[in-house]
Amino acid sequence: MYNFEFVKPKTLEEAVAALSAEEAQVLGGGQTLIPTLKQRLAAPAKLVSLSGIEALQGVRADGGVLTVGAGTTHATVAAEAGAYPALAALAGNIADPAVRNRGTLGGSIANNDPAADYPAAVLASGATVVTIAREIAADDFFQGMFTTALNDGEIITAVKFPIPEAASYQKFEQPASRFALVGVFVAKYADGVRVAVTGASEDGVFRWSEAEAALAANFAPEALEGLAVPAEGMIADLHGSKAYRAHLVGVMTKRAVAAAG
Amino acid sequence: MPKDHGIGASPKRREDLRFLTGAGNYTDDINLNGQAYVHFLRSDVAHGKINKVDTSDAEKMPGVLRIFTGADFEGVGGLPCGWQVTDRFGQPMQEPAHPVLAQGKVRHVGDPIAAVVAETPEQARDAAEAIVLDIEELPAVVDMKAALEDGAPKVHDDLTSNLCYDWGFVEENREAVDEAIKNAAHVTTLELVNNRLVANPMEPRVAIGDYNPATDESTLYTTSQNPHVIRLLMGAFVLGIPEHKLRVVAPDVGGGFGSKIFHYAEEAFCTFAAKQLKRPVKWTATRSEAFMTDAHGRDHVTKIELALDADHNFTAIRTETHANMGAYLSTFAPSVPTWLHGTLMAGNYRTPLIYVNVKAVFTNTVPVDAYRGAGRPEATFQLERVIDKAARELGVDPIELRRKNFITEFPYATPVAVEYDTGNYHATMDKLIEIADIAGFPARRAESEKRGKLRGLGINCYIEACGIAPSNLVGQLGARAGLYESATVRVNATGGIVVMTGSHSHGQGHETSFPQVIAEMIGIDESMVEIVHGDTANTPMGMGTYGSRSIAVGGSAMVRATEKIINKAKKIAAHLLEASEADIELKDGQFSVAGTDKSVAWGDVCLAAYVPHNYPLEDIEPGLEETAFYDPANFTYPSGAYACEVEVDPDTGKVTIESFAAADDFGNIINPMIVDGQVHGGIGQGIGQALLENCVYDENGQLLSASYMDYAMPRADDVPFYKVDHSCQTPCTHNPLGVKGCGEAGAIGSPPAVVNAVIDALQSGGYKVDHIDMPVSPARVWAAMHG
Repeated sequence: MYNFEFVKPKTLEEAVAALSAEEAQVLGGGQTLIPTLKQRLAAPAKLVSLSGIEALQGVRADGGVLTVGAGTTHATVAAEAGAYPALAALAGNIADPAVRNRGTLGGSIANNDPAADYPAAVLASGATVVTIAREIAADDFFQGMFTTALNDGEIITAVKFPIPEAASYQKFEQPASRFALVGVFVAKYADGVRVAVTGASEDGVFRWSEAEAALAANFAPEALEGLAVPAEGMIADLHGSKAYRAHLVGVMTKRAVAAAG
Repeated sequence: MPKDHGIGASPKRREDLRFLTGAGNYTDDINLNGQAYVHFLRSDVAHGKINKVDTSDAEKMPGVLRIFTGADFEGVGGLPCGWQVTDRFGQPMQEPAHPVLAQGKVRHVGDPIAAVVAETPEQARDAAEAIVLDIEELPAVVDMKAALEDGAPKVHDDLTSNLCYDWGFVEENREAVDEAIKNAAHVTTLELVNNRLVANPMEPRVAIGDYNPATDESTLYTTSQNPHVIRLLMGAFVLGIPEHKLRVVAPDVGGGFGSKIFHYAEEAFCTFAAKQLKRPVKWTATRSEAFMTDAHGRDHVTKIELALDADHNFTAIRTETHANMGAYLSTFAPSVPTWLHGTLMAGNYRTPLIYVNVKAVFTNTVPVDAYRGAGRPEATFQLERVIDKAARELGVDPIELRRKNFITEFPYATPVAVEYDTGNYHATMDKLIEIADIAGFPARRAESEKRGKLRGLGINCYIEACGIAPSNLVGQLGARAGLYESATVRVNATGGIVVMTGSHSHGQGHETSFPQVIAEMIGIDESMVEIVHGDTANTPMGMGTYGSRSIAVGGSAMVRATEKIINKAKKIAAHLLEASEADIELKDGQFSVAGTDKSVAWGDVCLAAYVPHNYPLEDIEPGLEETAFYDPANFTYPSGAYACEVEVDPDTGKVTIESFAAADDFGNIINPMIVDGQVHGGIGQGIGQALLENCVYDENGQLLSASYMDYAMPRADDVPFYKVDHSCQTPCTHNPLGVKGCGEAGAIGSPPAVVNAVIDALQSGGYKVDHIDMPVSPARVWAAMHG
């Protein structure tokens, strides 16, 4: 780790001001950034921790929408997002207890790791990402592996999840990291079904629209018979080929539908 | 009623109090006055010519004491290899130089180029980043067969090729084996890979060099399984320091699994630099450094052929193996694919003709050496897989095919140069069938199938050669060391005992099990016995711990020394009791005169030895301290039968271990609880190899599985609760305790059981799959099902 200045503001305004400095960097729960710093793969001059900002904390359900503060840890979501059980279950199965007690929703989606769990939930829920500047629809937020619609210095404050009628997230774990080799989040709403896939694509999290259409007509695993995502564009690595990942997308989607009931 | 004392009891491990309460003393816990820190600048290319290492800017960085490069080690010895293999044409293996810091070329990612010593670790690392390297990248050789092709880039320019040796065993059998295979009623052939592994002990390696100018003595604190071996290799071959001026301390060590046997460059560097700088110099490996500098394990590519007659008797075995040596020869690397592998190819079976060919190959990868089992897992895996395949091809029960060919009479001289002293393979198989409930398998399979899962049962046997090793034999086989063990038993004046052993405990529990032996022999409480190990300054010359040798060889040395103690103590007791020495009996810590009620306590005899007022000074010396060196007459041959049940998810290819049973014959057992733990750990590592672990390089020699993000270690939920039994005991016939050793059995015996079970599961589902290479990952299983 190289030397850096560390600040922990109490308010969003102070955080924004601190981030205006040269080479300043937001620090959420630090579950990606701290290991990167330890490896000396990043060298920010200033780290602006968001963990002291009360306004970014908390989970509340209101009018069919679950709002989660961007600084809320996975452990807190797991414990308190009972109004959206599939989301709580997802949060409770991210990594291990140490990560869940430090990592945050905002940090996860801002990083947009192609194998992270939360992007699948945000996209499948058609959630709204709230920042200090604006509200961004999930469909516009994720823009490919490690890329989002966020501008420099734009801090996520909360995510608003419309609560679905039924939903489930099914993750097939990569054997070493236990990140999602393929993870599929299925959410059924009155006006349709959304299916978001993480872990699989070279473009990061994506919606499987064919499956959404089939499930809108018949929300049952059988509706997916014969459907498949193309292997082209899938990730290939030590842990699975493109064809294997494409196959797992189908398997995990069926399982998510079955589990969502 | 289980014993609560002595041999056969299971007292809790006394060392765990300090390990579990954070009170252990590991090498990284040691910090010396004035200590400086070294950071190694390592190659990020697999193969390259070093044009220039420019340290001028880096030397001016804050806190830098000195920067060393390969040039500083000209005139200093290289890291030695402790075993010379003679090839099948009678020629010695090709043995390249292995400099402490790279000279002229870098040969694997992680090869050290420069070493920065500074006041703090951060300053050393900062300065290392300021070193300017001019390295011309050269084409790398990674694949072993490609490395042997004409015109392949050479890892070592001064060798004739990348072939270390071409070994044949037993060379005289070659033609007879070929003939037997040609004439066989059935030949089963299998080509397989024994996957490269990283040992991954919980504690990464650490070295601290220290030098005392007043006495001209050097001390190395290091994470080693065998401090005397390091002292000998480093002192005599690398740095030219005689043993009386060099002390090596290996304190608490957090796991080794073989990877901490070897002498590493960082140890020699810290010792060398400490003397140059007259400051202690410390290095603590990062986990990333562990991945790219700890010796790796396995990495064999093998073709095996098993010939059978019409009655399914095994008639011949022929194997051809390519064994990866990596870029340099690690300390015992040449012995692993040869003498620890070829000699085990008979397994538990009567096969009259065996020929093993091994081509050891240099590649631009981390050196490969012994890892838990070392050669024996590779032998067992190929043999037990090919037998399983043969059973399927012939449509016979895999257990019955094994039973038909079991060795049943002992001693048994195999056609591969070793003689099994004892064993009972039917007994362990019978026990396995019982504890694994083989009879209930069809019902369990039916239940799995109801849930849409494929269930498989895999069986295998294993034999290993442990208690390493008879020195005269290994000397003939190319070892450049003896493999005896030593112990000094020091009885104090008030009866307490300190045993100074050359064995080294890095998780094995010697501090608990060794005192049980002494307690049994003398009839005193274990708490009166303390074990000292790991420091060349206060233990006799010993060869350390590996090859499941500690109790069989180190324990035997301790028994011999204790026998000397008892003999002398009987003389003293005879004097005190005014009786004939021949009439003195020792029981429960009391010396008594046979047939009388006259006795004297252990403590009184000990006191008399050190306060010899009433003592036979004309016949014996005062004091009660004895040393013994024990050189085994033969290897020991633990054996067993293992069963694994798996479920395969046909949708994803994911394999889960549903049950695992192990019936082992370890001969006599000192502490059953510790033996259970050793078997549990070994099976866990074997399951890791079979399902998860894989060390992978790309075609440029970059290590792809260089962290836990991509190198899959087994976790608690990857393994089941094991059913372990070691009630089948055929005691070793040639050591005083009748023990065989148990440390590696689990890792040797479990991988074939897992893979056999996966194949059984897939075939039960109608999939025509007869082999999948390890690790049997979900992706590989799915690919095999749809291949």
